[in-house]
Amino acid sequence: MTTANQTAIAKYKNSFLREVEANVEEGHWVRMCMQCGVCAGSCPLGNAWAHPPQELFMMIRAGKREEVLASDSMWMCTSCYNCIVRCPRKLPITHIMHGLANYAHRLGLAPKGQPTRETATLFWNNLIKKGRVNELTFSLALYFKDGFVQGIKNALNMQAVGLGLVKAKRLNPMEILGGHAVKDQAGFKAMIAKARELEDRKKGFAK
Amino acid sequence: MNAPATPKFAAYLCSGCGIGDKLDVPTLEKIAQKEGKMAVVKSHPFLCNAEGVQMIKDDIANDGVTHLCIAACSRRAKAEAFGFPEAAVSRANLREGVIWVVAEGSEHDEVRQEMAEDYVRMGCAEVKKMKVPGGNVKEASSKRILVVGGGMSGMTAALAAAEAGYEVALVEKSGALGGFASNLWKRVPFAAPYKDAQPTGAAELAARVSANPKIKVHLNSTVTETAGAPGRFAVKIAQLSGQTAGSVAEELCGSIVQATGFTTYDIAKLPELGGGQANVVDQAGLEALAKAADGGPIKRADGKEVKSVVFVQCAGQRDTTGQHLPYCSGHCCATSIKQATYFKDRNPDIDTVVMYQDLRVPGMGEDFYRSAQDKGVVFTKGKASKVTGGDGCKVDFKDLILNEDASISADLVVLATGQVPNAGVNLDEWTATVTAAESGDEAAKLKKGELQKISVLNLDYRQGPDMPQFKYGFADSHFICFPYETRRTGIYAAGPTRRPMDMLQATEDATGAALKAIQAVENVEKGRAAHPRAWDLSFPSARLEGCTQCKRCTVECPFGAIDEDEKRFPKFNEERCRRCGTCMGACPVRVISFENYSCDTVGMQIKAVNIPDEFEEKPRILILACENDAYPALDMAGIQRLSYSAFVRAIPVRCLGSVNTIWITDALNSGYDGVMMMGCKKGDDYQCHFVKGSEMAFYRMSKIDDTLKQLGLETERVQTLEVAITDNARVVKLINEYVDQIKEIGLSPMKGFG
Repeated sequence: MTTANQTAIAKYKNSFLREVEANVEEGHWVRMCMQCGVCAGSCPLGNAWAHPPQELFMMIRAGKREEVLASDSMWMCTSCYNCIVRCPRKLPITHIMHGLANYAHRLGLAPKGQPTRETATLFWNNLIKKGRVNELTFSLALYFKDGFVQGIKNALNMQAVGLGLVKAKRLNPMEILGGHAVKDQAGFKAMIAKARELEDRKKGFAK
Repeated sequence: MNAPATPKFAAYLCSGCGIGDKLDVPTLEKIAQKEGKMAVVKSHPFLCNAEGVQMIKDDIANDGVTHLCIAACSRRAKAEAFGFPEAAVSRANLREGVIWVVAEGSEHDEVRQEMAEDYVRMGCAEVKKMKVPGGNVKEASSKRILVVGGGMSGMTAALAAAEAGYEVALVEKSGALGGFASNLWKRVPFAAPYKDAQPTGAAELAARVSANPKIKVHLNSTVTETAGAPGRFAVKIAQLSGQTAGSVAEELCGSIVQATGFTTYDIAKLPELGGGQANVVDQAGLEALAKAADGGPIKRADGKEVKSVVFVQCAGQRDTTGQHLPYCSGHCCATSIKQATYFKDRNPDIDTVVMYQDLRVPGMGEDFYRSAQDKGVVFTKGKASKVTGGDGCKVDFKDLILNEDASISADLVVLATGQVPNAGVNLDEWTATVTAAESGDEAAKLKKGELQKISVLNLDYRQGPDMPQFKYGFADSHFICFPYETRRTGIYAAGPTRRPMDMLQATEDATGAALKAIQAVENVEKGRAAHPRAWDLSFPSARLEGCTQCKRCTVECPFGAIDEDEKRFPKFNEERCRRCGTCMGACPVRVISFENYSCDTVGMQIKAVNIPDEFEEKPRILILACENDAYPALDMAGIQRLSYSAFVRAIPVRCLGSVNTIWITDALNSGYDGVMMMGCKKGDDYQCHFVKGSEMAFYRMSKIDDTLKQLGLETERVQTLEVAITDNARVVKLINEYVDQIKEIGLSPMKGFG
């Protein structure tokens, strides 16, 4: 992981903007921002962001690599698309936020314990096993992510909801044994591996 | 015009548009006949239709009618139908001025009728004192156009005039045409798709000017004297050969376009931004480097190829400390974008940063901005605090988005300094002196006059050799309505000498100024005034036997139209006159008048109004309203059926500057209870069509309190107000509040003496 980060630093030296343009999904749009601040003013969660998109773009241009990649700001995006709709320069801001988050995650610079990042990681790890999300194990994994005692507390808190879901046949307790899967698991894994290989090559993570 | 020896007066009343329903027209006819002493009085149900107009025309042709009072709608309506150039015409405003503004209902019938009767009396009284204007006395009429300055603006103006068929003399101080544009590598794009810098085209334009047989070019020349007036400017053009003055040519010209351009704000005045240090240049300096590179890599003065460059916007501009230019020059953002693309177009790896506070790219500049972003020019919103020059330059700045101090290093720093007009005067001294004079320094006020003796045109005018300038040297003109009209009639400013602007705006400006110059020579030929009274054939004349040589008219004329003759009497240059009447308002002995507008034409209207005695409790309030803004606002109030008090009597004046204090004294002496004067906005951002007219009026009226006290009257009885053309609702409120105020103060004790 650190090697990828070091490689990127060496390759782009002073120009974080160029690094973003090359490696971040929709990153080539960052140069077109005209700093009007409409995105920052339109974000319904704006108050929760340390740096609104406008500032992130300015920081990228100013070469603040560590600060941007270690920031938890872009992890706050809920994909409401308000900013994309309103941006007078038509920047796909939501996508850039996710692109930045993903890039930081892959470089290992994203903030540890950031809830969105943790949830997304658990979701992915769950999904990748059998090609289907196992809602029961995913929920349990979320409950127990902060330790055994906290996990028991979380599970007891959600007991009524869980039983209700079982009664309404929205949750199958048998899923605990492994759960259902896609038909061709080997094919699914090969497809994911190929996609990852392509993306790694495109974003500079190829070994 | 050859007016018949015996004048014959006629009044025509219209009963259309509801006038006949609301008013007793037969009574109005009787008033016109008995009190107005009109020889012919006729009414018509639809006076402005073909039949009604024909009736008037027949009377003029067959019955010897020379003077008409048309009692119908406002003088601003039906001007074509009721335009009889061979007759003197007054208009009594019964529609917009009476039936549309007096409240509905029979309880108002009496005051409505009284108001209409007064307007008929006033219309008859006015026309009695009017003469048919004869037009300027033509002394000489040259249609040649002088263009001073051979840059983009000057060349464009010269070509525009020449291609419209007019002879042009073009004076250029340097040895070649082209001006500032010829020092540029390329210009900001002016044609679609607005993505890349374009060739300046200055050389091609210069070739077209040189090849045009209608344009005579004087190179290495300056204007040493401009005497005369529109249609007959005698211009001396001195050719400089080396250090010594060479031959002097004389040109007779009809009008003048001054397109003397700009220079850049001196970079040496910006030591904190690295001015004077190595590898810190202004935009002109960068153009020189780009020209020297001739399409190759741009190199610094020390020969090193530039790999990184920072453009610092608003250098010495938009300054709030009072040290530098307070204004925005408008072109520099686009110019820096253009210069950044000089680097990027050749080598995308060169780091180019434009450091701006507010990026201002007028016109289609937004497309160019986007194109430069796309090319990889980095835009940083920041304010530079310090620039260090030398081998490795450094810019310290405050990042305005991240709100933190930061710095960038670069091989070269370009300062976007502003435009300073080539106005003639020494601007450093001028700006400081005007600032001091504004805060009341008497010595500075005198020095202002001294400084203005250095001039581009060297006018031989009593009011000084130059056209009046604003504090920062730009030519004074009515910014919104007539931007090219300077305060010297027939002389038009174009390009950055008028206001800061880019090249595209300058060429458009030059075309506009050329058209104004053409309009000026044509109007002179027809004996008419210049804008904004271009139809006007009347001109001022003075009854010199009554003149006390006080010089107020020569000083107060906003356009420098009046000189002094050898006996020190005022000498009117009719071609320079804009017919505002400020001289007439200024004259303490009332010897100045126009044929159709004089102390008498207004004075007799004031006296014609029937003043009820104080027991009737009907106040009479005189409104003197500027015909350009306030009177249209009153008309508009009528059109919108907003009602105001029927106790007012409004008289339109050409400009509030033409109001002679005798009218106020006369009105108060005849028993009016109040006077409202309505003029345009004055001050730095004036709206007065005649620049200084409303300011003069306010100044004069500030002294009227003494007169009021002498008469034993309250100072509230005279009000001077600023009213804009859009103030239709406000003017109604002002009138009604003032009528209430007057009722509270009580009626004038002067009634019955008039």
